[in-house]
Amino acid sequence: MEIGLQHFLAVGAALFTIGVFGIFVNRKNVIILLMSIELVLLAVNVNLVAFSAYVGNIEGQVFAMFVLTVAAAEAAVGLAILVTYFRNRGDIAVEDLNLMKG
Amino acid sequence: MALSAVAFYVLATVAVASAFAVIAARNPVHSVLFLILTFFNAAGLFVLLGAEFLAMLLVVVYVGAVAVLFLFVVMMLDVDFVELKQGFLRYVPLGAAVGLVLLGELVLVSNAWLAPEGARVAAPRTDISTNAEQLGLVLYTKYLVLFQLAGLVLFVAMIGAVTLTLRHREGVRKQDVSRQVGRRRAEAVELKDVTSGQGLG
Repeated sequence: MEIGLQHFLAVGAALFTIGVFGIFVNRKNVIILLMSIELVLLAVNVNLVAFSAYVGNIEGQVFAMFVLTVAAAEAAVGLAILVTYFRNRGDIAVEDLNLMKG
Repeated sequence: MALSAVAFYVLATVAVASAFAVIAARNPVHSVLFLILTFFNAAGLFVLLGAEFLAMLLVVVYVGAVAVLFLFVVMMLDVDFVELKQGFLRYVPLGAAVGLVLLGELVLVSNAWLAPEGARVAAPRTDISTNAEQLGLVLYTKYLVLFQLAGLVLFVAMIGAVTLTLRHREGVRKQDVSRQVGRRRAEAVELKDVTSGQGLG
């Protein structure tokens, strides 16, 4: 039983779909939303590393590293915004997030 | 070969199942813990693919930093978690529809992708040393500018996070070194003539 590229792409697709589904479903909780974004980025990383391994080119892993960097920065800033928002509003529901009246 | 196939299926199944548990769990603390499990299993998949350095990086950066950050925030915010889950079912049809469309598209794309010659087999690279060394040979030469920019991104994110969460509260006694040093005798000490038997009152 040979594990091919398709198998890894399937895992990436499943993780990506779950992440997008999570973004749609969790309308009350921004923390879960941020975690869903992390899942999406993880799916991207799985795809990048899988292609890198099967095409035999290390550069995919370099870009996976950059994705990792951006994901960490995004999580830090997102959580900081979340803490500030909670301080001002007292809850973290996305549904009635209309402070900017956009 | 069979062992790596078994390892792949176990890691993939647990990763996907715990990813689903992340968005379905009732308690956000459980969500964070499932997120950690997902990342661990993804790291295992990376090891199977021969990307050991990234796997370790995933464990260190995500499990060690990001997930703990999430955990801190979840525990710091005093939120009514039962109320948070209300309306979950309302958005399931829309979310499921979008998810299914996405999944179908991704499956179509990955089946239509044509691999270049000889790309079907994961060849363990034995020509040059370790995965970390291979990565470094590319990262510090060809992508040096991008690497520096990634550092800049992290730096800006750090400053942004600190600025966003820093709070200047009134009435907190803090040490002000320049004021301490700049103090003169005239503003600090006052001479009084005390009449005996009365005190200053």
